[in-house]
Amino acid sequence: MNLTWKTKDNILIVHMDGDIDHHSCEALRTEIDAALERMRCKHILFCFDHVAFMDSSGIGVLIGRYKLVQRFGGRIAVCCAGERIREIFRLSALDQLFPSFAREDEAVFYLEGSGKK
Amino acid sequence: MKNQMRIFFDAISENESFARLIAAGFFAQLNPTVAQLTDVKTAVSEAVTNAIIHGYEGKGGTVELYCAYDAEKLYIEVADQGVGIGNIPQALEPLYTSKPELERSGMGFTIMETFMDSMQVNSQPGQGTRVYMEKSLMSE
Repeated sequence: MNLTWKTKDNILIVHMDGDIDHHSCEALRTEIDAALERMRCKHILFCFDHVAFMDSSGIGVLIGRYKLVQRFGGRIAVCCAGERIREIFRLSALDQLFPSFAREDEAVFYLEGSGKK
Repeated sequence: MKNQMRIFFDAISENESFARLIAAGFFAQLNPTVAQLTDVKTAVSEAVTNAIIHGYEGKGGTVELYCAYDAEKLYIEVADQGVGIGNIPQALEPLYTSKPELERSGMGFTIMETFMDSMQVNSQPGQGTRVYMEKSLMSE
């Protein structure tokens, strides 16, 4: 799992490259938490454009990060997720907590604004 | 059975991707769609992860993966000889997890049920767990 970071205003944009499973999510969790702290961001945008595979371990990571940012009034959004990954979000009702967008700029627009999707 | 294979591997997280790629490679002979192959990989990943985290509680052991197909369906079994499940109906409930401290979502069995046509769990405390799954490739 390779991660690259970008920040825009107070949004931490995480580009993930690789499979998300129980094995890879340990590093994912640790690195995101460290980046969030270091870059003092409020919101997180998870960009799935290079994630071909995710199982339910990914849900745990997202819920954990949601709880983290929520304490400071932050939000989470997801973009560029494939159909099967969106199905996993839908099954676990995560799509109620984090809106999913087709494009990164749409997700950034949502996180910058105060409006709902 | 038209074709079958069985492998045994160590219950360590490095082998989760190995197990799903082996299953995908085996079933690729059936010319499945990309979506069907992703369903199989996801279901195998969930079952193997359960064996490692819950069956062996991260302490290691051996996981068995069996894959087979006939003219109608593909069949997958994932088994461990770990602690077993005391309350299977509870384990099958969406969002139920015995390990919330590990940020587990409790969605593993729900995903297996959804992405495969059928799923059955045989388990007893101290006797290990065996998960049976079937999927027809005709339906899509």
